[in-house]
Amino acid sequence: MTNFNTDVAVIGGGPAGLAAAISAYENGAKNVIVLDRNKWLGGILPQCIHDGFGVEETGSSMTGPEYAEMYINTAKKLRIKFMNETMVLQFNKNRKIIAANKKDLHQINAKSIVLAMGCREKTRWNIMIPGDRPSGIYTAGVAQSFINLYNIMVGKKVVILGSGDVGLIMARRLKFEGAKVLGVVEILPYASGLQRNIVQCLDDYGIPLYLNHTVTYIKGRERLESVTIAQVDEKIDIIPETEREIKCDTLLLSLGLIPENELSRNVGIEIDNVTGGPIVNQYFETSLSSVFACGNCLQVYDTVDALAIDAKKAGENAAKNTIKQNKKINIKAGKGINYVIPQRISKSGKIRFTLRVKKPCVSPTLRVISGDYELFKKKLRWANPANMVGFDIDISDETIKAKGDLVVLLDGY
Amino acid sequence: MAIEKEITCIVCPIGCKILVRVVENQFELLGGNKCKSGIDYAKSEALDPRRMLTSSVLVNNGEWPLVSIKSSKPVQKYKIYSVLKEIKKIKVNAPVRSGQIIIKNIAGTKIDILATKSIKK
Repeated sequence: MTNFNTDVAVIGGGPAGLAAAISAYENGAKNVIVLDRNKWLGGILPQCIHDGFGVEETGSSMTGPEYAEMYINTAKKLRIKFMNETMVLQFNKNRKIIAANKKDLHQINAKSIVLAMGCREKTRWNIMIPGDRPSGIYTAGVAQSFINLYNIMVGKKVVILGSGDVGLIMARRLKFEGAKVLGVVEILPYASGLQRNIVQCLDDYGIPLYLNHTVTYIKGRERLESVTIAQVDEKIDIIPETEREIKCDTLLLSLGLIPENELSRNVGIEIDNVTGGPIVNQYFETSLSSVFACGNCLQVYDTVDALAIDAKKAGENAAKNTIKQNKKINIKAGKGINYVIPQRISKSGKIRFTLRVKKPCVSPTLRVISGDYELFKKKLRWANPANMVGFDIDISDETIKAKGDLVVLLDGY
Repeated sequence: MAIEKEITCIVCPIGCKILVRVVENQFELLGGNKCKSGIDYAKSEALDPRRMLTSSVLVNNGEWPLVSIKSSKPVQKYKIYSVLKEIKKIKVNAPVRSGQIIIKNIAGTKIDILATKSIKK
């Protein structure tokens, strides 16, 4: 077993890990190492060959591979160390990391750790679709890697369940590769992906979107033969008389993403039940001191730009590592709000919050209150669960001293 | 000939359904937009809709079997399938460098196809 020390160890070499590592280095950490289980860097980006990345950050629209290459080149110039094909098995409260690769087992003693493990796709078993277990059922991201990285076509007649962005982008991609895309089925009354993707991936190619519908049965002996879809009512109960069978050989599942936090859980880091990611303070520090979280293992972001901006802050704080937590104030999600990050604050100053609302609504008012006192009020033109909301508040010393919880809520919701 | 179209605005997530009429390449706004930026979008969508095109091209002797590509400029919507047909015919040799021109003036569009990824041998 090898044994070495580092200032900052970043777990995960995707966009969040790269951004955090670069920022840690630029903020004074001279010894930065990135650990990743893949043989490449950039995480999921190389398979996201569509464009739209980097618009907020750089002003120009890049494809996923281009965006990744930009970060990889910067990281390599800074002499950040990379260990690819290396799996982190565990780390403990003293930040001793145990990682394995083909060569050896490694113990890495880090002053700070940045968690950037990303997320996983929900599968058929997260929503328990009844029926047979044939081949031809893929999560959208797996189908994306087969088609865009490995040149393996997944099927000819495809139904997509779930209207997340990956599913929508795959609908267009499959169409480009000659498949028949029979429709996208969404259980909610609205799409969960961005409007831009509904228009440019579905409407452009005449692919129908079935809102208030779900898949009720999967049929097939060896290969998938058909799925049954049905309409649901306001309570999301299936309306049996609306059931109909669609012949298809492939079902893609775009059901949403779950932050990957086995390592965080094993060491006892507190997890937010709603986000599925660690509870963090304004420095992106988890409940375990000197361990920071960023990227999709913290919360599932809708753009890589917003993700990278936060990851850079996490990296900067990991490099400085001078945080003293004493007075903790909890930030709570009130009416109309699904979750808020950070969940805790401990020091005054300008703090950026990100949140997601529960349902789409037009002209709601976002409010932040502490007891009877209103700290912040902002009228929004619209709000949608697909679009993360971000806002800055100046938190005063008095607010910190008062120790009262802050509640973020949506009026007119 | 007058054509009436409903265009879903993508400027913001409200997704206004903007109703427009096109008469001999002249654009007329019929309504449905909640803000001004929707007008420009609806106009370009009604008169000359274009899309950035991304796909992939086969690679010989590369570390990966494919290289991802993009159009150098947005492609006219009605030409997308003829451009894709040309892209499918091509096979390039590794190494490929990101930004390299894979096909010049594809399908007579005066638009080039560029690699978006570097592929080693």
